[in-house]
Amino acid sequence: MAVPSYATRGERIWYYLFRVICAAIFLFLVGPLLVIIPLSFNSEPYFTFTDSMLALKPEGYSLRWYQEFFTSSAWLNAIKNSVIIAIASTFLATILGTTAALGLSSRNMPFRNTIMALLISPLIVPLIISAAAMFFFFSRINLTQTYLGVILAHTALGIPFVVITVTATLSSFDHSLTRASASLGAGPVRTFFKVILPLVTPGVVSGALFAFITSFDEVVVVLFVSGPEQRTIPIQMWSGIREQISPTILAVATMMVTLSILLLTTLELLRRRSERLRGLSPG
Amino acid sequence: MTQNDMGQAPVLTTADGLPLKTSLMRTTRRHRIRAFLLVAPLLLFLVVAFVLPILDMLKRSIENPEVHNHMSRTVEALEGWDGESIPDEPVFAALVQDLVEGGEARTIGTVASRLNYEASGMRSLIMKTSRRAGRIEEGPYKAAVIDIDEDWADVDTWRLIERESDPFTLSYYLSAVDMRYDAEGNIVDQPDYLKIHNALFIRTFWMSAAITGLCLVLGYPIAFLLANTPLRYSNLLMILVLLPFWTSLLVRTTTWIAILQQQGVLNDLLVGIGLISTDNRLQMIYNKTGTMVAMTHILLPFMILPLYSVMKTIPPHYMHAARSLGARPFLAFRRVYFPLTIPGIGAGSILVFILSIGYYITPALVGGQSGIFITNFIAYHMQTSLNWGLAAAIASILLFVVIAFYLVYNRVIGVDNVKLG
Repeated sequence: MAVPSYATRGERIWYYLFRVICAAIFLFLVGPLLVIIPLSFNSEPYFTFTDSMLALKPEGYSLRWYQEFFTSSAWLNAIKNSVIIAIASTFLATILGTTAALGLSSRNMPFRNTIMALLISPLIVPLIISAAAMFFFFSRINLTQTYLGVILAHTALGIPFVVITVTATLSSFDHSLTRASASLGAGPVRTFFKVILPLVTPGVVSGALFAFITSFDEVVVVLFVSGPEQRTIPIQMWSGIREQISPTILAVATMMVTLSILLLTTLELLRRRSERLRGLSPG
Repeated sequence: MTQNDMGQAPVLTTADGLPLKTSLMRTTRRHRIRAFLLVAPLLLFLVVAFVLPILDMLKRSIENPEVHNHMSRTVEALEGWDGESIPDEPVFAALVQDLVEGGEARTIGTVASRLNYEASGMRSLIMKTSRRAGRIEEGPYKAAVIDIDEDWADVDTWRLIERESDPFTLSYYLSAVDMRYDAEGNIVDQPDYLKIHNALFIRTFWMSAAITGLCLVLGYPIAFLLANTPLRYSNLLMILVLLPFWTSLLVRTTTWIAILQQQGVLNDLLVGIGLISTDNRLQMIYNKTGTMVAMTHILLPFMILPLYSVMKTIPPHYMHAARSLGARPFLAFRRVYFPLTIPGIGAGSILVFILSIGYYITPALVGGQSGIFITNFIAYHMQTSLNWGLAAAIASILLFVVIAFYLVYNRVIGVDNVKLG
């Protein structure tokens, strides 16, 4: 979008002004995330840049909030809970979601659109409503304040992501490959593991990543369904922000931003691999 | 000619002698069953873990079991009551029996709370009478009960009990929209000092609309830039959009607290460059401003991504053609480019609006008193006031609104086109 040679002066001014406006909006988007990174190395218990930090003096910076995080039993326990719940619910959501996506992508699937709408619904219904509904229902069957309750709830929330990504991958899947495999004598199970699975793996993995991050980041449902034993990282952050806010929160936030950068990179690599496998783009 | 001679076409058969048509139908049916069996486990799971809870919540918003179950004798005795005079001795005898039994089984408290939602003072009336009713040895019960509290001689008390004896009620929905039944059973407005929910519904809607507008104003230029920049650069810029999208909601809310609070980064900066004095630090958080800024930041990617995917499909020669036909840049944009982006604007706006009216965490953390949404009252009624029926009713109303907007969204863009990053 370079300035064309025939542009008038007004257009040139507008062209550069537009860039400045966009830069400001990008700053609004990313700036806050970048501000907290140096703040988390603050040696004082403040949420702002101290004079010694601005002067770039080494004594203005420290790792004390990270140390506090890694030595606090509450936070370590929260990590353990988050990982257990996220892995279990991702596993369930991925298995159930992938099988269902295989069925949904079949041309013979009855009531396809209705079922699809139902499977996506946990994504549409606001979290507070899902949380209220699950809380009321789970308290009738004694599932509140249990790991199982939280895991089931998170599985339901993660399922739409798996279904969406895997059906998207399958939509460009060449079904003559399964027929070829069958005509060469492979049974359905062998066809699935040797032909279908390798081709849809990128979709399955990115769906699983979405489900994982959903569970890892989810706070509303856990807030209502879990008990004191199932405190996760987001719950710990939530009560930290509400009760006594210390820069430990910023250290956690910085680590979470790093985690999301890693996940984002993984997803981008998966997307490229999937496109390459399907022959959509060279290299 | 041979076929005509035979009178009909020969039936095509497969190798095992079955007619081809039958065989094909059989195979198709097998495929359908197989496809359905693959989907069945997930369907079953979602019904149990998600659909049943939602239906249960809808049911809870209208069910009214307390009086019906725990004062069943009184309810039965009240059948055939004229509703005008104070009931007779048998009703009072049943009342005493119910209250004594309920007091022993500790179920009377739920009845007392339930009736207290409708008329304050009912809790103490029921609890007091329940405690003292045990001491009534024998009849006549009517005089003895009225002796405990004069309110039992008030027809309105009995009308209330009779009205609430119905196992289903609309009263939670009424109080969710600041209305109630009066003593005669007519639907009237709540007194002004009890009105809270309507104002919150209205605030939720106008603030969500404002947030949607802000997202559109900020998102449109970014989407335009992304769609009209060579792929090499736009991929890099896209990361700047996706990074906040992928970052934890709590993290993003925390960063805004760090930036906007009175001792925070932005206030320090403004004081530092001398724009405001240190005594006049701006209150930018724990109010409407805080909610608006943080929510706009959080929801902006949801506006940019649909806009971008629509703008990506607009061929650049349309604008070139408009220019070469003599349109000034602004006119070309307004008459050619902008109308083509309207589907993206529609999709992005509905998406942001739906997400916004259901947000709970961010308003709760940065909204203070003036910036909270109706969702925060769902949580309040669930955790603090423990009026679950009312929480369920508010949540159900919100759910209906979201479903309505979702159906519009589905019309505009289609559920299959949901894109993730």
